Amino acid sequence: MDFDALFNSLGEHTVNGLSRGAVYALVALGYTLVYGVLRLINFAHSEVFMVGTWTVMGIYTWLGVTQQSSAGLIAVGLLLALLAAAIASAAVALTVERVAYRPLRRKNAPPLIFLITAIGCSLILSETFGQVLPWFFEESPWATTNDSPFGRALQNIEQPIDSAVLFTIGGTEIRNIQFILIVSALVMMVALDVFVNKTRAGRGVRAVAQDPDTAALMGVNKDRVIMLIFVLGGAMAGVAAFLYELRYGFTKFDIGFQIGVSAFTAAVLGGIGNLRGALVGGLLLGVVEVYSSILWESKWADLVAFVVLVLVLMFRPTGLLGESLGKARV
Amino acid sequence: MNPLTKLRELRIAERTGDAWERVPLLARGGLAMVLLALLIYLPFLNILPFAHIRTDLGDGGAGWSGVLFIVAIYVIIAMGLNIVVGFAGLLDLGYVGFFAIGAYSVALFGSPNSPVVEMIQNKYDLSEDWAVAWVACLPIAVVLTVVSGVILGAPTLRLRGDYLAIVTMGFGEIVRITAKNSEWTGGAQGITNVPHPPPHGAQPQNDFFNVLDIYRWYWLALACLILLVFLVTRLQHSRVGRAWLAIREDEDAAAIMGVPAFKFKLWAFAMGAALGGISGALFASRQGFVNPDSFTLQISFLFVAMVVIGGSGNLVGVAVGAILLTYMPERLRTVEFLESWAINPVEWRTFVFGLLLVVIMVNRPQGLVPSRRRARELADRKKEAEVLNV
Repeated sequence: MDFDALFNSLGEHTVNGLSRGAVYALVALGYTLVYGVLRLINFAHSEVFMVGTWTVMGIYTWLGVTQQSSAGLIAVGLLLALLAAAIASAAVALTVERVAYRPLRRKNAPPLIFLITAIGCSLILSETFGQVLPWFFEESPWATTNDSPFGRALQNIEQPIDSAVLFTIGGTEIRNIQFILIVSALVMMVALDVFVNKTRAGRGVRAVAQDPDTAALMGVNKDRVIMLIFVLGGAMAGVAAFLYELRYGFTKFDIGFQIGVSAFTAAVLGGIGNLRGALVGGLLLGVVEVYSSILWESKWADLVAFVVLVLVLMFRPTGLLGESLGKARV
Repeated sequence: MNPLTKLRELRIAERTGDAWERVPLLARGGLAMVLLALLIYLPFLNILPFAHIRTDLGDGGAGWSGVLFIVAIYVIIAMGLNIVVGFAGLLDLGYVGFFAIGAYSVALFGSPNSPVVEMIQNKYDLSEDWAVAWVACLPIAVVLTVVSGVILGAPTLRLRGDYLAIVTMGFGEIVRITAKNSEWTGGAQGITNVPHPPPHGAQPQNDFFNVLDIYRWYWLALACLILLVFLVTRLQHSRVGRAWLAIREDEDAAAIMGVPAFKFKLWAFAMGAALGGISGALFASRQGFVNPDSFTLQISFLFVAMVVIGGSGNLVGVAVGAILLTYMPERLRTVEFLESWAINPVEWRTFVFGLLLVVIMVNRPQGLVPSRRRARELADRKKEAEVLNV
């Protein structure tokens, strides 16, 4: 336990943790939305995030964006990558819902069947990038190259924004990328919160979360609401993927697993089904993860999320803010 | 017909739900003997056209006995996981953790160069090649896995089903990461020199179970498998088995009828863990070494896939699932058509499992060879849904 290393630069570690947690919070939204409405852990959501990271890479490569590019090209590249990642992720999330979950809902399948199907979807998606695409581009009869970016190896992604100190508060340096991450997560959060609480479509979401059958009797189109939440959750995961690549700059076919576990833990920590809980849980878990990787050796870092998850489920399974998308007040 | 006889027949039909119970006892025994003889003969199968099922006919095929051994091991695992998933209805995504603990217990206590054995050697001034005998390692493996099953189950089994799945997944990862990062487990390199079962020869290569005559390992696994099939079917039809069934179908109703749900769920976890431990121990002794890479989460998903694709709740079903998912990739390896497309079925298998999982769950959630009771349960739910969706 290395307390000196932690307390000597507590501010830096906290900001670092918050920026890490911002990504978790955005991914956690997807879990929380789907859980709030369907009472279902969307195991494939982490793979939706993974697709987002590859989309970001695709856009950067296509436009040739690097740190040395002109400011205009970088701005266009960033905007396009953000949009493309959000759209691609939303499309994947929606496809999973239509192809896998909807037929199961029609059959009133038990929750475990949903979970197993979700695992299947998650395997299909990650293996598509780990096995199918590299085979298609490199070895299949239609192969065009022998060096595609896909495969089981870690793939580096261009980081168009150079990390630099933006400003200093009380001796703590805040870097531009950390600032972007935290602020964007907050903005997305507020936007989603307003959408769910203030708009007509958001009222439908709350109604279905509260009581699907009554909502259907009152004229809410249940299937459309469900599609909407998958699109919203997917888009948030796409934005998270874009922000993640600004900060870390790599991806892998199974990158979703660790992020997914942390984000799910964040959702449970804040109270699954609770939008604001996802933000609180995400930021908190990010900080806890960074602190503990300083306190203990970083090789144990992958376990932190699991340990937090088990502790939360054992001692406060409804999370810090309680499960509440279904209640009248979100 | 005498109502009592009728009742008895109904009971029998309900219990196994297949024609097997109606075959006369003598014929059943004879059939079982023939089947057993076939299974024993399988490694030496060389009569065409039957020999086409061998995996080592083309270039680059895996050794046939080795594949048979792995299949037998995986059937044991599928049976163990079936107790948890199929009988008690608890989804365990970290079953590989028990497999790993079984494998590591044999390695840690049986190998003369494991850190644990070296510590004991130093403490009690024992000779360099002292280690716990294989025969004693097996019970150690079973005890350790049962204890870890209880340790995992006691705090988590009160959780709702899908939470339980995620937490058990965490358990699997915790076991692997601990094995990888700790010094007393040999770290990422793992442990070599895992002992062979007796009888021992003067040299390791003269052991009865040596690295060359793999068919003997297959026989060993087969013997364990048959013993365990017997034990598990007895358990399934006992009071414990009925309690599991009741819990799976409706936990609240079972509790009201006086079934202590938590206790029996813990039992299911412990029994399932024990089977995972036995197969892990066999796996480690045959391989001769253990390292954390053999126990990834993907393997855990493979185990779940075996059970649910085969037909959870039905022993024959999960055996079919295990055989299909472990044997087919190996057999397809030597298919020329796939080779010409540069497809290596072993590398593609995770993708295919995913596809199979989705297709089977959506179209035939009871699995390929379902337990009748489970199929009826799902059909009932479907009917309820039809009423709701009018």
